[in-house]
Amino acid sequence: MKILVAIKQVPDTATQVKVGADGKAIDTAGITWIVSPYDEYAVEEALRIKEKRGQGEVVAVSLGPDRVKEAIRSCLAMGCDRAIHLNDPAWNDADTLTTAKALAAVIKQEAPQLVLCGRQAIDDDMGAVTAQLAELLGWPCAYWIMEETVDADGKSVRAARQAEGGLEVFDLPLPAILAAQKGLNEPRYPTLKGIMGAKKKEIKDVKAGDLGLGAEPPQLAVIGLEALPPRPPGRVIQGDVPAAVKELVRALREDAKAI
Amino acid sequence: MPNAFWCFVEDDRQGMPKKVMAEVLGEAARLAGGQPEAVWITDKASDAGLTQLGEWGAGKVWVLENAAFAPYRSEVWVGAAAELAAKESPRAIFGPVTSRQREFVARLAARLGVGLAADCVGFALEGDRLVATRPIYAGKLLAKVAWAKGPCVATLRPNVFRPADAQPGRTAAVERPAVSIPGATMTFVERREEAATGLPELAEAEIVLSGGRGMKAPENYVILEDMARVIGAAVGASRAAVDAGWRPHRFQIGQTGRTISPKLYMGFGVSGAIQHLAGMRTSKIIVAVNKDPEAPIFKIADYGIVADLFEVVPELTREFKRLLEK
Ligand SMILES: Cc1cc2nc3c(=O)[nH]c(=O)nc-3n(C[C@H](O)[C@H](O)[C@H](O)COP(=O)(O)OP(=O)(O)OC[C@H]3O[C@@H](n4cnc5c(N)ncnc54)[C@H](O)[C@@H]3O)c2cc1C
Repeated sequence: MKILVAIKQVPDTATQVKVGADGKAIDTAGITWIVSPYDEYAVEEALRIKEKRGQGEVVAVSLGPDRVKEAIRSCLAMGCDRAIHLNDPAWNDADTLTTAKALAAVIKQEAPQLVLCGRQAIDDDMGAVTAQLAELLGWPCAYWIMEETVDADGKSVRAARQAEGGLEVFDLPLPAILAAQKGLNEPRYPTLKGIMGAKKKEIKDVKAGDLGLGAEPPQLAVIGLEALPPRPPGRVIQGDVPAAVKELVRALREDAKAI
Repeated sequence: MPNAFWCFVEDDRQGMPKKVMAEVLGEAARLAGGQPEAVWITDKASDAGLTQLGEWGAGKVWVLENAAFAPYRSEVWVGAAAELAAKESPRAIFGPVTSRQREFVARLAARLGVGLAADCVGFALEGDRLVATRPIYAGKLLAKVAWAKGPCVATLRPNVFRPADAQPGRTAAVERPAVSIPGATMTFVERREEAATGLPELAEAEIVLSGGRGMKAPENYVILEDMARVIGAAVGASRAAVDAGWRPHRFQIGQTGRTISPKLYMGFGVSGAIQHLAGMRTSKIIVAVNKDPEAPIFKIADYGIVADLFEVVPELTREFKRLLEK
């Protein structure tokens, strides 16, 4: 069974980010990059499906500039068999729909039975690519999945998605697309052997033209980035616990009107 | 009506719209400078629900009611919604951030070939152009975004927008358009209900109490639940507490959990790691109780108490009880 995992490289969650010179993107100097955490759950799940079935192929796909190779390598080090790097300046201003169109074109060429994505990339937090891919491919889709099992014949997948108030379980005929939620699994760390082996695995560079796509302006454009408005300075309430608690409740009621 | 602001209804699956719809309708009315329209895809719309939407300011409710719409499947909803959108050409399509609307609205935007702005915290009209503001990079920055063409599709973060005041007697015109209902390929197996806590849902609650590693053990969350019952709060947790197995993942607040924006957030034994702040920094009032005066959460807290939470929590519960009994 062939499984494709779409991954995104994002700034490390602890990195400081600053607005760049054009005011529309961040200044990438000095940023540490990681694979978006939800995508690691997707990679892990794909590898587990392959291992459980004892055969198959896991292909990692990522869209982004040259630096994205590093994120692709870590997925190869985790155990993905090969990778595709969608690397073209035509995608510099890609919004979720442009990204989904590029990924959908690759998926049509690769024809996997299952596509896994992370619930959302933690840079722009849009959380839309999985659903938009499902739409462009005309596939069923389950969001925020907490567990899944592919049936023995590889014809369908049973997935439990997180919904308000409970888990909803569905059978999806394959091919299908799933968005991984935290809690699906515990991603493995690459082993030294995995890291060494990753250097020999194939990463195919693909340009928009290779997929028959042109440079389309994005449907959603960033017109400016701003720092957060600073929060008003806070106050540590002094005194022994009973006195501090009394004062806190008074302040919440009378000053903040929060209770 | 062409150029209308549409608000997709999130309901409780029992025929009543959730109260977050007052916020979505309120913001849509402000931007439209008139009455927005609600679109309700459901297997059961109730008269009480239609009345509620009218009182919250919907001028019209489009009711798409069919057994095939439950349980929610994007492949079924999107076809019906897109057919109506093609006929009616709304100017904007809004929904609240909920697990299903995040998927549905994104898929609908792809069907319509338009941009999507998810999890917005602000909107402005610049001349004729709608501009949305949304947090990015774990809420460290705000992005202003605009659409190349309409309809402008967006989801709105709960508890951020001013809710419409319910006006008793105000009613919505109800229209039940005929739309074709796409066949489903995914089949429903079962729903596993979570054990009911009797407390509000984390994402929608106006007050959230959050317990971190400082809670020390799963059984200690009882003291937060006691306080929560007194003030009508939800109880969440940090990732440290979730990863320790003290609370299920659905209660995690932060970058890899829920994003919340309550009127009041109170953290107990939470250090305030950047990834935790990502999920709660747009809260209106932040209270921190931590025994370490250097804990980073104090940097963004409006009120802090440096003390042992096990002394503070029972005292605070008593004090809230006293206040609310008055
Ligand atoms: C990729 C990634 C994603 C992440 N996503 C999230 C996320 O979504 N949400 C999240 O929360 N974290 C997330 N984290 C983890 C985050 O970095 C922190 O490790 C975590 O938030 C710490 O939780 P905590 O504050 O409960 O624990 P700690 O940092 O250990 O803090 C415990 C605090 O409790 C205080 N304390 C202890 N005992 C008491 C007492 N008796 N009374 C009062 N105070 C007491 C201590 O002084 C301390 O400040 C993520 C990390 C990574 C790398």
